[in-house]
Amino acid sequence: MNIQIFLQQLINGITLGSLYGLVAIGYTMVYGILRLINFAHGDLLMVATYAVIYGIALFALPWYLSFPLAVMVTGLVGILLDKVAYKPLRDAPRISLLISAIGASFLLENLALVVIGGVPKPFPRPPLFDKVIDIYDIKIQVLTIYTPITTILLLLGLLYIIYNTKVGKAMRAASRDFETTRLMGINLDRIIAITFLIGSSLAAVGGIMWAMKYPQVNPFMGIIPGIKAFIAAVLGGIGSITGAVIGGFVLGIGEVLIVAIFPGFAQYRDAFAFLVLILLLIFRPTGIMGEPIVDKT
Amino acid sequence: MAQKQRNLILNVLTIALLFLIIWLFDRYGTDYQIRILNNIAVFITLAVSYNLINGVCGVLNLGPNAFITIGAYTSALLTMSPAEKKISFIIEPLIWPLNLIQIPFGASLVLAGIVATIFAFLISYPVFRVRGDYLAIVTLGFGEVVRVLCNALQNITNGPLGLKGLKPYTNLWWSWGIAILTIIVVQRLINSSWGRAMKAIREDEVAAKAMGIDPFRHLLLAFLISAFFSGVAGGLLAHLITTISPTLFTFFLTFNLLMIIVVGGLGSTTGAVIGATLFAWGSEALRIVESPMHIGPIYIPGIPGMRMVIFSIILMVVIIFARRGIMGQREFSWDWVFSKIRSQRT
Repeated sequence: MNIQIFLQQLINGITLGSLYGLVAIGYTMVYGILRLINFAHGDLLMVATYAVIYGIALFALPWYLSFPLAVMVTGLVGILLDKVAYKPLRDAPRISLLISAIGASFLLENLALVVIGGVPKPFPRPPLFDKVIDIYDIKIQVLTIYTPITTILLLLGLLYIIYNTKVGKAMRAASRDFETTRLMGINLDRIIAITFLIGSSLAAVGGIMWAMKYPQVNPFMGIIPGIKAFIAAVLGGIGSITGAVIGGFVLGIGEVLIVAIFPGFAQYRDAFAFLVLILLLIFRPTGIMGEPIVDKT
Repeated sequence: MAQKQRNLILNVLTIALLFLIIWLFDRYGTDYQIRILNNIAVFITLAVSYNLINGVCGVLNLGPNAFITIGAYTSALLTMSPAEKKISFIIEPLIWPLNLIQIPFGASLVLAGIVATIFAFLISYPVFRVRGDYLAIVTLGFGEVVRVLCNALQNITNGPLGLKGLKPYTNLWWSWGIAILTIIVVQRLINSSWGRAMKAIREDEVAAKAMGIDPFRHLLLAFLISAFFSGVAGGLLAHLITTISPTLFTFFLTFNLLMIIVVGGLGSTTGAVIGATLFAWGSEALRIVESPMHIGPIYIPGIPGMRMVIFSIILMVVIIFARRGIMGQREFSWDWVFSKIRSQRT
């Protein structure tokens, strides 16, 4: 393998990794506050892509209006998800919450299947992203550059919210100690709703970029990126937002390079992430940036 | 003592009655009825063994489909004749000892269970290193890895083509015999000191540890037994459907089993049996919603996937509004029946 191909694959890995990272932020934020793996989080990617398709096909919106609208719709779906599936179970055993999340995930997928149908739909990629730049024989699609840049910008914005605003302070407090935060007079339901709004919106951005990379959309498209993003969140240390993005990069780059270096293992690509997860949980259960998990029951 | 003897006699009589019913259906039932009864029995086996680890031990294992797959492939590969294998494996021939072996169905079921148990043992260490949500994800991951392996290891599993034309060995005697055996084994385990320790771990692992219970050993035992019966049930399923492929036992199956035991009541074997019966019977009844319908002048085209929508709504409604399911953690018992009869009289 020459250096050009290696660099090209590295860039592909960075793009894929930044997508995982974006989605992982939502997992990590919800987990930090509710101690819940939001199984339905991956399906929000699917919701966002269908929202874009319907915006463009039904209302004939240009892509620069349809994309932000889809992000907003997905954010609202995220809040709705919390209200319907998780809020009634706030003081139930954690296992009930997790089962409810699995149910919600299946409901979203199959509702999409029933309403929209199982036939994969093409995703309308704006021609703007198709351009290819050529640097020293390395051909890079513009999209592969925009994706990590968007991720980093969104991460910086989010870190600003978390560390410099009142809402962010309340979120950090809630992830430290749920009960005490409530006693301090903070409206936790509002904080949780905002968490879901932010996490789901980021997942929507991830979903749209995913669909531009792989422009085939179907009701079950969110499962694999969803699971991988969760693994990225664990890898980075669940609860840590920077960790989630780092975990995403590690997983994405690792996955692409493994396949590039050992083409024989290409079939095992989807199993790679789980192998990493299992090894990590054995040797370092709290991840790269993780603090020891305080058991909130 | 008299009570114990009475219960034993009643149990034996119930099982005898059940076998009489099976005999009648075997003789006079239509293919459709037999098919549903077979499904019910296989799902009882699956649900009761899954409930042992999820409900009784309180460990959310999301990978029973892995053991079912392993069992199905093992049993299928062992019962196919060498000639059939030669025809099936077009792309890559089956690896050496397997391509010559053919054993009877019953023995293949036992081996299916054993192979599933071996796999369960191999992954038990990473699985039980963690608890709660992490354990759920690790077991889910194991299910995915098994699916990927089934696709990739063409010289063992025939890859995405799957195995076709298996003999329909599974009949009512096999399926119900194994279902009853599973119930007996699991019930005996739950009512032993091991079972009580498992329940203690479910309620409070730290406290159980302080009482001298070793969580790993107890969870491992439940995990292995659960895997064994899942593997056997996988073998039954393979010879019931007669075609298996890597896409057959996905997370959908795990989801269905989860729904069965949650609706029945997590931790109750009786609940698992009721849930499995309702599910196997209900999913046949619900086929109506997926087929085209004429309601008066209105024509509704068939909607594939509608059943899963209904199932996910049921799961969420039960977990939110009726958290304990049908049975809660209670079990059916003769003592309860007689106390009811007595209180009726007075």
